[in-house]
Amino acid sequence: MGGIKADQDQAKAYSEMTKRVTPNAPLFKNIVLAFLVGGTICTIGQGVLNLFVAFGFSPEEAVTPTLGVMIALGVSLTAGGIYDEIGRFGGMGSALPITGFANSIAAPALEYKREGFVLGVGAKMFTVAGPVLVYGTITAIIVAALRWLLVGIS
Amino acid sequence: MVASKRIGQQTLAFQNPPVILGAVAIVGQKEGEGPLGGFFDQIEADPLLGEKTWERAESRLLQQAANLCLQKADLVPGDVDFLLAGDLLNQIIASSFCARELNVPFLGLYGACSTMAQGMALGGMLIDGGMAELVLNCVSSHHETAERQYRYPTEFASQRTQTAQWTVTGAGAIVLGSSSFAKTGLARVTEATLGRVVDYGIKDPNNMGAAMAPAAADTIAQHLADTDRKPSHYDAIITGDLGTVGKKLVLQLLEQKGWQVPSLLHDCGEMIFDAAQDAHAGGSGCACSATVFCSYWLKKLQAGALKRLLFVATGALFSPTSYQQGESIPSVAHAVVVEGMPNGGGS
Repeated sequence: MGGIKADQDQAKAYSEMTKRVTPNAPLFKNIVLAFLVGGTICTIGQGVLNLFVAFGFSPEEAVTPTLGVMIALGVSLTAGGIYDEIGRFGGMGSALPITGFANSIAAPALEYKREGFVLGVGAKMFTVAGPVLVYGTITAIIVAALRWLLVGIS
Repeated sequence: MVASKRIGQQTLAFQNPPVILGAVAIVGQKEGEGPLGGFFDQIEADPLLGEKTWERAESRLLQQAANLCLQKADLVPGDVDFLLAGDLLNQIIASSFCARELNVPFLGLYGACSTMAQGMALGGMLIDGGMAELVLNCVSSHHETAERQYRYPTEFASQRTQTAQWTVTGAGAIVLGSSSFAKTGLARVTEATLGRVVDYGIKDPNNMGAAMAPAAADTIAQHLADTDRKPSHYDAIITGDLGTVGKKLVLQLLEQKGWQVPSLLHDCGEMIFDAAQDAHAGGSGCACSATVFCSYWLKKLQAGALKRLLFVATGALFSPTSYQQGESIPSVAHAVVVEGMPNGGGS
């Protein structure tokens, strides 16, 4: 191999060479940990929901306060410096539940507070969650429009 | 006029080799718990060092390293002709803010993680060129400032890839003096090979070792060609922060160029953490090569256990903007030859 800026063939050969020496991600371990961490978070969520039901909420009514509790939990664990540690081994199991979403907003809010409440917290709070919100909202509009076209308003 | 201090294409040979009068390595807690913990001058348990922001903490690390280094060499800032310093932050603020406190003419450097070798080479040129008697080189990096700038907010929960490296929190400082200080020198810098920018098309910012390995191989091979030497001329060839993946690649690339150096080549990024520390492919950051060189390797030279080292610090020259725009990662490696003092060295 020669050349300072590799041409396409050299870059391809080097990329192959890199792949050969790159250790594989411990896929099985990651999957099991994600399942356990995600499962634990969801079980806690179910426990909270059951508690609201026991206090007289209907299962439908209990959903919103349960989400509130889980968001508060995610934010608290982020503020306590614990959620990033959970994420390090829990992977998607900690990212997918709503606690992970809470972490993705609380973490930048904490980080950028040092640049003030306007240019820091306000401007940068959604640097991680922003794409989820933008494309989530767009997807929701498209799906709702399709449903309206297919079955009308019911 | 012929540039008489040049050998071959990229190498400089100092006529009056500058001497290292003092060297300091300060690191964070995680680095202190690593295999080299006992070699560092100071371990900072608080990642904020009592400051309000990560950036101020990094600049504080740099200041502490600079001051301690001068103190060890029995100097005060006023003695120094130039401060050469660099770091990874946007507009190298850790360095400029450190320079604000030191009151010494300041040249800010950016060579990413290669900055310590870049500074040593430039410092050597200033001294051997008769422009300076004493030059202070220092560099820093901080895990949290780097995470925040290059990746995610520090408290964001994410899983790191196998090739990802862990930015070292720390600062390294070296004070170089002219050969008139040879009596108190710890070691001397005899040659430097300044690297070209090399890009083999790696785009993954979580695989900097792979991006930098071709630059390291290019500079090492060029140094050997310029000086017409074999690798065995050196007791060790020390790369900066290629990590476990990059080290395997540089060995293979050197083998393609005809050099087999598996037992000679050591990588500071691989040395600074052990496998149990969850650093994945190893350490990175300006402070990685600087702190390992300023502590472990210099002590080996001073003790006479090693006589001659080729220190090759590597830097990945990308920014968050460049990789988000899909650019590949250009890299550079600068090498300096550091030798023990002929009569065993001073203090």
